[in-house]
Amino acid sequence: MGMTMTQKILAKHAGLESVRAGQLIQVKLDLVLGNDITTPVAINEFEAAGFNSVFDKSKIALVMDHFVPNKDIKAATQCKQCRTFARRFDIDNYFDVGDMGIEHALLPEKGLVGPGETVIGADSHTCTYGALGAFSTGGGSTDMAAAMASGELWFKVPSAIKVNLTGKLRPYVSGKDVILTLIGMIGVDGARYQSLEFTGPGVAELSIYDRLTISNMAIEAGGKNGIFPVDDITRAYVEGRVNRPWTAFEADPDAEYERTVEIDLSQVDCTVAYPHLPENAHPAKEGKEIAIDQIVIGSCTNGQLADMEAAAAILKGKHLAKGVRGIIIPATMSVYRECMRRGYTDIFMDAGCIVSTPTCGPCLGGYMGILAAGERCVSTTNRNFVGRMGHVDSEVYLASPAVAAASGIAGHICHPESL
Amino acid sequence: MKVQGTVHKFGDHVDTDVIIPARYLNTQDHKELASHCMEDIDKDFIKKVKPGDIIAAGVNFGCGSSREHAPVAIKASGVSCVIAANFARIFYRNSINIGLAILECPAASAAIESGDEVAVDFDSGVITNISKNETYQAEPFPPFIKDIIEKGGLMASLKAGKAGA
Repeated sequence: MGMTMTQKILAKHAGLESVRAGQLIQVKLDLVLGNDITTPVAINEFEAAGFNSVFDKSKIALVMDHFVPNKDIKAATQCKQCRTFARRFDIDNYFDVGDMGIEHALLPEKGLVGPGETVIGADSHTCTYGALGAFSTGGGSTDMAAAMASGELWFKVPSAIKVNLTGKLRPYVSGKDVILTLIGMIGVDGARYQSLEFTGPGVAELSIYDRLTISNMAIEAGGKNGIFPVDDITRAYVEGRVNRPWTAFEADPDAEYERTVEIDLSQVDCTVAYPHLPENAHPAKEGKEIAIDQIVIGSCTNGQLADMEAAAAILKGKHLAKGVRGIIIPATMSVYRECMRRGYTDIFMDAGCIVSTPTCGPCLGGYMGILAAGERCVSTTNRNFVGRMGHVDSEVYLASPAVAAASGIAGHICHPESL
Repeated sequence: MKVQGTVHKFGDHVDTDVIIPARYLNTQDHKELASHCMEDIDKDFIKKVKPGDIIAAGVNFGCGSSREHAPVAIKASGVSCVIAANFARIFYRNSINIGLAILECPAASAAIESGDEVAVDFDSGVITNISKNETYQAEPFPPFIKDIIEKGGLMASLKAGKAGA
């Protein structure tokens, strides 16, 4: 029996010839990630267990991004704890205000994840790096603590859903619309404990940024990971970033999948996930009745330069509707700088938006754009759970940067082509 | 190990944002986290819950964010066990790793209602609904997972030797 791409990466890192779905294995890790919310809990566990060393100081990444720049004294205290830990163990990849970015945009940008590698992160959106052909998944803080100490972690080998992509995206349609469409098809637990393995001729039609957005939200279908094959687009992205040998794994021709989902990219339209689950997918063009108070464009899902470019293309020369607040958050400092260089920040500010330093802030209801009771936001983030961006009676509508920008101009949910 | 308590019943896809909202993630204090447990889905939960009580829920319990603060908040609130039809995978890992007792049992999930008095025998996996005079059989843990639980969680297991081995 052949193995899926994910299974082959896991087998290699477990030192096994082959693995099968359901098998519990011990896997060697190439990178262990934590942020300012999850790392303090991991440090407590690490220290309580009495560990005095980390397995490899070059294979740990600590990114201060959730409540940074520190939103309050408690957040500042948590960051300080991370900073102290990073100094104590001389962690190579510690990112704080000034050089930080949102973790899942920053790590690929810095070349810290390469194809065929294994990454565990104490953050559920660690699955993002599947876009680069890596195995990456989220765990908890105790997982992170154990991984920092030993460089290994236990995993159940996942079975897989094959997502066969054909066709080509239409104008204004992006990776976000593809993943919202897929989650709408299979549900928020449709891939629970499974891999989503993307394949087919449509893969070549998706940019690396489309793929990063799609893999990022594999968790919103319950998936363990969402992985893309390594092709010329992947190679072009990692070249000059990943300066160490890496391996492109491929699924065996006779790999076993639990099922296959077909998506014709040419049939995907701009899609919005209504409250309060990411599976509540609706066509953007049917949202005219839904008036909004805020748009947020950014996050680990859609804070890349390509996302800023898509937003700028819609907002150029336009202005937000009266009463709509616009919050734009480039995901990393280099994306921020490039937005300035290209004139996007002027476009955003001329349109009435603010442009924030990188932070996860509003996505998880931390700060920088919290909603009051009864308010609605079209957001390029990844979750629209009850209370996710603020008050329990507020509402989050998930969409692409183009749809969020267009909706901000219209004052209600809308398809960019209807502007 | 056996526990017994009154059930607080929730539905499907209970996410970690409602278990412990992110606005409280600027602390790691277990008691403080517990004081906001389930706040965005049932604001009176923390007033009602008594030590030993049991949470029962539908499918995909604990979906969303990887925050370990979620099982920590539940455990620190005094809840002795969570019974669900099934769990989201990160919540499942986190619960095993920190020692929050969880059981997957679709039959119990379907039948148990809020207010039922329920007893759980973890060795046999038998869940007894004393109020309804019914029993349900939960899925047993694989030996690998059981070993982590018996050693007292992932860190204790790692200290004791190879994790889960």
